[in-house]
Formats: sequence, C-alpha cells, structure tokens
Amino acid sequence: MDKKPGILKVLQATAGKPITPQDDESLFGSGLLDSFALPDFVSGLEAEFGVSIPDSDLSARKFDTIDKVDSYLEARGK
Amino acid sequence: MAFLRATGSYVPERVVTNADLATLVGETAEWIEQVSGISERRYAAPDQTVADLAVLAAERCLQSAGIAATELGMLLVSSGSPERYCPGPASAIAARLGMGTTPALDIPVGSAGSLIGLALAMRLAPTTGQMLVVGTEIMSRRIDATAEGRNTAILFGDGAGAALVSPNAGFLRLVDAELFTDGSGSEMLRVEDGRLHMDGGSVILRASRKLPACILEVLQRNALTPADVPHYLLHQANLNLLTKVAATLKVPAERVFTNIQKYGNTSSASLLLALDEWRSGVGQRIEGPVLFSAFGTGLNWGAMLAFPADLTSELTGSAAG
Repeated sequence: MDKKPGILKVLQATAGKPITPQDDESLFGSGLLDSFALPDFVSGLEAEFGVSIPDSDLSARKFDTIDKVDSYLEARGK
Repeated sequence: MAFLRATGSYVPERVVTNADLATLVGETAEWIEQVSGISERRYAAPDQTVADLAVLAAERCLQSAGIAATELGMLLVSSGSPERYCPGPASAIAARLGMGTTPALDIPVGSAGSLIGLALAMRLAPTTGQMLVVGTEIMSRRIDATAEGRNTAILFGDGAGAALVSPNAGFLRLVDAELFTDGSGSEMLRVEDGRLHMDGGSVILRASRKLPACILEVLQRNALTPADVPHYLLHQANLNLLTKVAATLKVPAERVFTNIQKYGNTSSASLLLALDEWRSGVGQRIEGPVLFSAFGTGLNWGAMLAFPADLTSELTGSAAG
C-alpha cells in the first residue's frame, strides 16, 4: 500500500496549509515544520496508520522527510 | 511529612537582549522571540562561578526562613554547567555557607536536577531535618553564540534558585513525587567538552509526551485531575513547550507560571527561580494544589505534587505549620 498520501495528509493537517514537499526534502531543515509541530506530526502518524511509536523511536531524524517516515512505517509493518 | 518552607533566587546583573544576540547568531530579534518566547536573559560576569550564584540564592532563602546554615541537615546542589565536574560545586557552596561537615551532594542533571533535589528532599527531610535544595547554572559558557549554534544560543541564560524543605513547617506540603530516567535518549541533550549539545526536535518530541504523562500519573494517584490544579510550576525550557503541555493537559495556559521571558532557559536553576518568583507574586493567595514538573539531561524527568499549608490542614485535619 502506498503510504505517502496518508503521510502527506498528516503533514498538511499538522502544518495547517497545503504544503507539498519533495519526498527527500527536510521538513524541519527547510522550515516547512518547526520543532514544536513535530509532536503533533508524530501523533498524527500514529492515528493515521494505527501504530504506537515507542519512546526509543522518538527521534527527530526518523521523521525528517516523507521518505524517512515511509521507511519507518514500512519497517513497522505498516 | 515535608514542607516547602522558604525560597530564594539570584540572577546576574548583565541583561542580554534578543537584539544583542541577533547579530551573533545571524537572525532577527523578532525571530528569536517567536521561536522561544524569550525577550532577554542574564549572563554571569566573567569572574562569577556557579558557586557564587548559588551562595547568593541560598543566603536569600535562609534569610527568608530565618534559620542559619548550621541548622541544615543536608545540601543538594544541581548544576549541569559547573566549572569542573569533580568535585562538583556542592562542597564549596556548603563551605561558603558555613555548614561545617554537614553533607553536601551534587546532582549533575541539567534542567531536571532541581526537581530531583526537591523529590529527594521530600523523602529525606523527615529523618534528615532541614534540607536546602539549590539549582545553579552558567549556561552562557556552554553555548556557541554563532549562526551554527543559534538553536541553543538563543535559549539559555544564567541564574540560581534555592528552596528550603522542612520536616515540620512551610507554606506548601510536599505530597507525592515520581521520577523517571531513560538513558536511551542520553545523547540528545548533554554537556560534553564544555559545550551543550542538543537535538532540539528530539528533546521536544520526548518532553512533550513525557511531561504531561508523568503529571497525569501523579495527579491520578492522588485522585486529582489537571483541572483541579490552579498552579503549575514547570522547568522553563521554552515558552512554546510550556504552552503545549498546558494544551495537552487541557488547562488554561495562564495556570502555567512563566518567567522564561525575562531569564531564558536557566536549566536546572529555572524551576527554583520560577518557584521563588511565583511565591513572591502569589503571596498568601495559593488557591489550591501546586504541580511541579521538569524534563532534562539523562534523560530525566518527573513531577511533584504539593498542597498549600491551609489546604493540607483542611484535608488532613492537622496543623501544617
């Protein structure tokens, strides 16, 4: 299943605007999201994909691009 | 039982505004305020040490309580930014306060160290007697005030706070506390080679989950909800984080005391600095339970619950002193 539409949906809901970053574009380095939006982004991913992200995975690097989020969810079997 | 009996604080005279920092870090003063909520912070003079700041805060606290340092049963000092790590500043501070051979211990935990000190004092005071908890930091020497280090440079300031925990009298009764450590995140926030290293996004991600969770845990086991607590005293990490914690707990942001606007993030000093200013502001108008919480290096975090002395009397039927 292609997860990128779901990731983009969560991302846009978090940002509150219809941003469409490149799959490998840094969401935080580019300023599309600030650090304080990250918790909402991760919570949104948990709800959208029905996954509980453990403390040990709560690292900003894992969620910095759409590609990284996609790989992470893939590794979690989603 | 254990009570908060008195508080004290000290901040250095030098005020550093966002405009002062803006050029150094390659940003505007407005941007600094927007991302941090901080307007200014204090920097220690070149010849000041963390012990100097601590002694001034401690003396104010002891003077407020009307007791001598010789009456203390123990001193606990938190600092993540001491000039040297071993021995830490506690023994030097104890000597300068005139504590003789009374035990003085260091808690080298940035940001959360004062909460750890208060929680330990709560448990030890009934057998140890009066315990002085001090948080003291000179973070301005641990930052990199350049464009590369801007994310930490804009946040931190210097200062010290102190609180006296007594076994028999005070304005707040310390009721319950819970502390946590998760070393899997120890690399995210650390002072190493004299510099602060912070993976800001990851720290915010962890803190924004752990702070509300531990607050809820302590409240729930005391049959309280966040709405029952009119006063939240949190480590002053970042105004946006404090606002986020309030939103998660579904309490008005005004219930979370803030003075980060004036002092920035003073790491482990911030909770006690906030406590001292909050108490000065509320005077005798403490309207209900007080909830303390902090998150810091280690990673360490936790929460502590206190009742005003008159509320304690009402709930327990005993004189709180």
